[in-house]
Amino acid sequence: MLEVANLEVVYNEVILVLRGLSIEVPEGDIVALLGSNGAGKTTTSRAITGLLDVHDGAATKGTVTWKGRDISKDKPSAIVNNGISQVMEGRRIFAELTIDENLATGAFTNRANEKKNYDRIMALFPVLLERHDQTAGYLSGGEQQMLAIGRAMMAEPELLILDEPSLGLAPLLVQQVRDVILEINAEGTSVLLIEQNAAMALSIANTGYIMETGKIVMDGDAEKLRNDEDVQEFYLGLHTDESGERKSFRDVKHYKRRKRWLS
Amino acid sequence: MEDLLLLAQASASTTFIQTLIKALALGSVYIMMGLGFVIIFKGTQVLNFAASALSMAGAMFMSILIADGGIPFLPFDNPLAPGDGETAGIPLWLLTIAITMVLAALFGLVIERLAIRPMIGQPLFAMAVITLGVEIAIRPFNIDATALEGRSLGVPWGAESWSLGDALVPKSYVAAIIMALIAGAIVIVFYRSRFGVAMRAVAFDQEAAMAQGINVARVFQIAWALGVALAALAGIAYGMAPFPPGGSVSQEIHPVLAFRVLPVIVLGGLDSVLGVLFGGFAIALAEVFAGQYLSQYGSTLGPGYSTIVPYVVMLIVLVVRPFGLFGTPEIRRV
Ligand SMILES: Nc1ncnc2c1ncn2[C@@H]1O[C@H](COP(=O)(O)OP(=O)(O)O)[C@@H](O)[C@H]1O
Ligand SMILES: [Mg+2]
Repeated sequence: MLEVANLEVVYNEVILVLRGLSIEVPEGDIVALLGSNGAGKTTTSRAITGLLDVHDGAATKGTVTWKGRDISKDKPSAIVNNGISQVMEGRRIFAELTIDENLATGAFTNRANEKKNYDRIMALFPVLLERHDQTAGYLSGGEQQMLAIGRAMMAEPELLILDEPSLGLAPLLVQQVRDVILEINAEGTSVLLIEQNAAMALSIANTGYIMETGKIVMDGDAEKLRNDEDVQEFYLGLHTDESGERKSFRDVKHYKRRKRWLS
Repeated sequence: MEDLLLLAQASASTTFIQTLIKALALGSVYIMMGLGFVIIFKGTQVLNFAASALSMAGAMFMSILIADGGIPFLPFDNPLAPGDGETAGIPLWLLTIAITMVLAALFGLVIERLAIRPMIGQPLFAMAVITLGVEIAIRPFNIDATALEGRSLGVPWGAESWSLGDALVPKSYVAAIIMALIAGAIVIVFYRSRFGVAMRAVAFDQEAAMAQGINVARVFQIAWALGVALAALAGIAYGMAPFPPGGSVSQEIHPVLAFRVLPVIVLGGLDSVLGVLFGGFAIALAEVFAGQYLSQYGSTLGPGYSTIVPYVVMLIVLVVRPFGLFGTPEIRRV
């Protein structure tokens, strides 16, 4: 349903950040996009949702196809209107607005079902209902994440992009976010889950992509990725030596091995 | 002896009432003008230095629509205006205010399209300078179109007053106060509306607002339309109260209205509606009461000292609370 092909993104006309990235999100799936800091995950999300402009970035090559149409030149509002919403990295809730008003901003493109969606979201996040007319800035980190997810869901998206929703959350809250994503998906929304927390993402995804410096270096079934030795070592943190720390020369060695995926 | 004392007391309270009404009327003008500033600043982060010229142009629209006296730059009279020496009735006059505000809003849209939108993405400072350019471009038209003695605003009640005991309460003062209350109510209702919420979201985090599908360009347009309409309303009220009797657009006072309102928005905070409501009345009370009750020191303080009072208040506020009494501090929780 969403297809990103050979995408190249440049910031400030000189900084090449995405170098021919290709990913696919089939209808109804949860797809994980993994990668370490600075790999270009957020840039990918911006490219899909029309927000490159804001950062003085531009797609110089490749396409972003949504339901058969190239959307790489569309405005953010048009993209939301066509069914893609996102939960931005760092939550980005409107701290000065109330919880209800935050949710109302999410309904900007979808007024017709506002009441129905509001009720659905409040059922999903009872803690928001309790404090619905309070200023959102006073919510805890976990609650703010729930609000950010709820706000995006007010548009009733067909595809929801979440950029590192587990960032900075305690393990118990990460579990909660994971459950919410599963529930949203079960109700029919496709999900592109951007994460550094590969363990969480791969535990619920159908397929996964691993990116490094602007390119996909590995992809496949989530199950297959979970069992892959390199993924386990680099992204799941399972293989460590006796001292409990990764040795740098082993990183180097594995980096060489990973090179195979590039060819 | 007792009679004399009573008379002295009565005249003291009469003076007080008249001073109070005058201060409230002036505060009302400040509030309408301040709300226009705040809406534009809140929606677009731009300080509108064109406010004086825009409010004067708005008052000019009103004058052209309702009063005799020729259409500027065209050699004929306004065919709709009542004949020589006559004035419109109150309903027609109110309708004309509404039409004027709509015209001013359209004018705001034109300015947004021509001067502001091409500058989007440039530093805010550059955008503020552009508004200064707009001010300079419009001002000569305003001045040329206004005769030295001013242009009539066709106020139905002219310079009439009600009497409250011994005190005279000019009808125009009361009208200005009612206009400000209505303007305040409109803005508060707007803030709670869908577009108002969108505007506050854009003000807080533009990218996050875009990510929700909010059309930021539309928010900019609405801010300018509403802001210029409010400036026009302020210009009309300023022409009625508390200065020119009878109501007129004046070459003398209109071109500097924005400067007189600056202390109000500094006191209230550039982005706070509540702050403007408070600041407008507070500054006007200080200014008018100082003018009335310190007049015996006039020779020491210098002529026109009362117009300095707002700036003194502004300086004190800037030192104590740089973001105003109600404004948002620059440092935000992230
Ligand atoms: N606005 C920008 N201007 C210039 N470079 C940027 C900008 N945003 C991100 N980058 C650079 O692009 C690269 C990828 O960033 P990002 O997409 O945020 O990665 P991730 O989300 O995977 O951490 C980084 O090297 C970062 O420094
Ligand atoms: Mg990121």
